[in-house]
Amino acid sequence: MVLVLTGVAVIMGGILAYVNHLTEEPIADQKAKALADGIKTVMCVDDLQVSGTDTLKQTDAKGKEQVYVIYATKDAQGNDLGAAVESTTGGFGGDLKVLVGFNTEGQILGYTLLEHAETPGLGAKADKWFQKGEKGDIIGLTPDQPLTVSKDGGKVDAITASTITSRAFLLAVNNAYAAYKTAPIDAESGATTKSE
Amino acid sequence: MNAIQIIKNGIVKENPTFVLMLGMCPTLATTTSAINGMSMGLATMAVLICTNVVISCLKSVTPDKVRIPVFIVVIAAFVTLLQMVIKAYLPDVDASLGLFIPLIVVNCIILGRAEAFAAKNSPIASLFDGIGIGLGFTFGLTLLGMCRELLGSGSVFGFGLIPETYNILLFVLPPGAFITLGFLIAIVNKLKN
Repeated sequence: MVLVLTGVAVIMGGILAYVNHLTEEPIADQKAKALADGIKTVMCVDDLQVSGTDTLKQTDAKGKEQVYVIYATKDAQGNDLGAAVESTTGGFGGDLKVLVGFNTEGQILGYTLLEHAETPGLGAKADKWFQKGEKGDIIGLTPDQPLTVSKDGGKVDAITASTITSRAFLLAVNNAYAAYKTAPIDAESGATTKSE
Repeated sequence: MNAIQIIKNGIVKENPTFVLMLGMCPTLATTTSAINGMSMGLATMAVLICTNVVISCLKSVTPDKVRIPVFIVVIAAFVTLLQMVIKAYLPDVDASLGLFIPLIVVNCIILGRAEAFAAKNSPIASLFDGIGIGLGFTFGLTLLGMCRELLGSGSVFGFGLIPETYNILLFVLPPGAFITLGFLIAIVNKLKN
């Protein structure tokens, strides 16, 4: 009895370990590719390189630790393009992780949702809603003043029936901007990799 | 029973969604669109076929007392395996179903078929039972997903059919899942009689 159970568990464990070994590399590749594609999308440039990565940790008002990852980018000629910033806030259905691209002046170049658990058909529309030419267009804005939805007196149209998602999204963008402004990336040497 | 009868049994007579009413949690949660429902159905089918065959092969060596733990170990192993493969090669599916893949372990269809069919029948018959029940589940989820997507987002498999103004948001939300499922069960029962 014990023998059968142990035997089955050992065999299954062995198979799992083997498959885990096989899929480890493709999984890491997929993640890296998704991030690289994301950075290209938000910076609106196809030919770029990440010149430096910086991780910024802050404790927010609720005492929860927030992590921002800043990817400084340069074009093929070595000119500074600005940075793509990864920022996470709590959305309606769970963590909302966005990647926002800023140029050197701090204007928003583009954004993409890296992870979200928003309601399909409602909050999940955030992936298109705030893009250029859409109803809640935020491209080209500089969040010196935090961006807010029109319901809160701001100038960004919230997604219909998804104010919570829209607020969470704009907060993520604002936080990303703040992180970008305070980031100690050395534009000259460009290869700062700091994490605390 | 021959192979075709077993498969037909799984799709029509013992359809897990409309007749057995098993696996309601993933049924209601993942059918926000036709493609999501279909992916979930196919993922469950893959696990069901593997576990049915393996459990059927193990049935003569498994003592009755540790039957359930052995089944669960086998099921959990295959689900984890599937999850790793999906993560590695189908990132889009992983993004939309991520959380629900590990939950297949506790899907009562899988354990139910292991106990009710695979533990009593030959591996070949269990293979066909897995295919039949799996197809039945996939069919149920795809149909439910199509109805909800059409009514809620105005599209089927991502192809827009109804303009956005006429969409009924309720149908992509949880209550819409219950309403649609109720009507579909009623329709299927009517057609069967």
